[in-house]
Amino acid sequence: MSLLRYESQVRPPLVDGDKDYHQITEDICRPVEARPSRAWWIGFLISAALLAFGILSVTMEVIYGTGQWNLNKTVGWGWDITNFVWWVGIGHAGTLISAILLLFRQGWRTGVNRAAEAMTIFAVMCAGQFPIWHMGRVWNAFFVLPYPNTRGPLWVNFNSPLLWDVFAISTYFTVSLLFWYSGLIPDLATLRDRAKKKWAKMFYGVAAFGWTGSTKHWQRHEALSLVLAGLSTPLVLSVHTIVSFDFATSVVPGWHTTIFPPYFVAGAIFSGFAMVQTLLVVTRKVLGLQDYITIEHIDVMNKVIVLTGSIVGIAYLTELFMAWYSAVEYENFAFFSNRLDLNSPYGWSYWLMMGCNVLSPQIFWSRKMRRNLTVTFFMSILVNIGMWFERFVIIVTSVYRDYLPSAWSTYYTPTIWEVGFYLGTFGLFFTCYFLFSKFFPVIAIAEIKHILKRSGENYKEKMDVVENEDLNKFSAEQTGDHH
Amino acid sequence: MAVKKFITGNFYDEAVLFPAVKKVRRAGYRIHDVFTPFPIHGLDKAMGLRDTSLHTAGFIYGITGTATAVGFITWALTVDWKLNFGGKPFFSLPAWIPIAFELTVLFAAVGMVLTFCYLCQLAPFVKKDHFNPRSTDDTFVMALECTDKTSESDAIKFLMDAGATDVQVQFKETGWWLGRYDKDTMRFEKKKEEVAAH
Repeated sequence: MSLLRYESQVRPPLVDGDKDYHQITEDICRPVEARPSRAWWIGFLISAALLAFGILSVTMEVIYGTGQWNLNKTVGWGWDITNFVWWVGIGHAGTLISAILLLFRQGWRTGVNRAAEAMTIFAVMCAGQFPIWHMGRVWNAFFVLPYPNTRGPLWVNFNSPLLWDVFAISTYFTVSLLFWYSGLIPDLATLRDRAKKKWAKMFYGVAAFGWTGSTKHWQRHEALSLVLAGLSTPLVLSVHTIVSFDFATSVVPGWHTTIFPPYFVAGAIFSGFAMVQTLLVVTRKVLGLQDYITIEHIDVMNKVIVLTGSIVGIAYLTELFMAWYSAVEYENFAFFSNRLDLNSPYGWSYWLMMGCNVLSPQIFWSRKMRRNLTVTFFMSILVNIGMWFERFVIIVTSVYRDYLPSAWSTYYTPTIWEVGFYLGTFGLFFTCYFLFSKFFPVIAIAEIKHILKRSGENYKEKMDVVENEDLNKFSAEQTGDHH
Repeated sequence: MAVKKFITGNFYDEAVLFPAVKKVRRAGYRIHDVFTPFPIHGLDKAMGLRDTSLHTAGFIYGITGTATAVGFITWALTVDWKLNFGGKPFFSLPAWIPIAFELTVLFAAVGMVLTFCYLCQLAPFVKKDHFNPRSTDDTFVMALECTDKTSESDAIKFLMDAGATDVQVQFKETGWWLGRYDKDTMRFEKKKEEVAAH
């Protein structure tokens, strides 16, 4: 029987402890059904406060215009677009885990995919704020859509990478949301059928869409998940490719680089996995889910971090080589005078980026470090700082000294409202994540049950072929009448 | 859809469920459905369900998206309002690949999810009858549909012999209706009388 297929005993179990199906339901539903802890309330209120400050910052910007930010003559994209690219990048790990690892049949993804997908959706929501509010006259934001208008109709420029971005980010958000929610439906039905309180019965009853667990429905559900994974895989690669086109298709030295697409995608996965680690190291501890998000999961994700971090490192070196090899003086100036030179105004940010993204992850070559939660947590923060500076370096150091020295800007530093906007998206992200971890199962219950008998600790030894009869043969002979 | 008579049995192990499904079908009983808390590979085949065509639908939605993007952009930039972008040709297909790709994915994903919800009759405020609420937790619930030819006691005994526990006769609505799970609502008020009559 294909269900209990053989798996190497060398592989460590993905679910620890002596579990059965009911125990899994109990373990994962417990945090949802219990009252929120004091830690949850503190975290939630801090996030909500940050969100409120973000709303104030954005309000200031809408009332007084983008002049509230310190953008100047040459630095037209500062913190705002840096934050946009950073958040979009973070989102990519969720799709990688849920879609690409599903196609590669990586069983370990089931422990972390639900939380990672939620992270994707919240990160893309945060990312979307930046280009929208950067428009200044945000009430005209719908101008980016190709709709029949009274100006001709004059259509949007379909040849522009900025418009590609509109399509890429909105498609990415929609597809991620559909993928996440269609996976959630069976688990919401589990919560609905366990619910004791009236509001829970109603809320989960509405949210579960009337799911029953019929075999035919599961068959379609499996088909849907597989095709959505197949669609999301090229989609996630296309999204950061298109984000990188915002820079790469320009002629600005430092941006005009053909390696940007793969380099951005690797960087996105790198920072995304770091964010997954930040969230899950805390989540598994607070919600008591160590049996499902095991040290094995942390270890595997740290391997992804060292791999993608090294790819990003190679990309940095390739950029430097190409700048030198091109023998173009402007390229040389952008890379060697404005970035590599520690004495240049932003030299410190380049070396901070190098240190955080390329050097520090090398610690994960050590198995002991990969399995150390404190090191993992610290490193995940460091990587995200590094990845924020990567975008800052690319954006600001490429433009703050352009071809005309008289236009060279003074040192660009953000105003309180630029910083506030960024902090506000942290508020949005964590408010959403806290609500998610309270009201939804942070681990895909049905998927964990699905892998239990293959990868659960207490089942691995007992695995045996239960039945050998060919299902096709059986189906073929079943044409008789019913009574 | 209407209220029908079923004989239901619970299973707790796939290794018991699979032979039972085959035994039941060999004996000629009609399996209404098997409700499981997670997808069990091969169960659809054992129950004799045909493969889903959702993939094909997804493909059709996808190419609709591609055609929409390429068709619309071609019309907008080469027919409706020609704009010269840096001396490039009006019909500059390579620059449209990103949007054509995104719309392909968008149409395929949205179309498939809507089709999935339509086929499985899933939507907010949709309510359906359950044979056993534990079927979303740890129980595989098999429901046999009773026809006029079915002998109730034979079927119950047969199901128990096949390894089912808690075998019982249930009258259930097979369709869906609008309702909330915190309220005891039936599809129509009439249905209550119908249930009572049985």
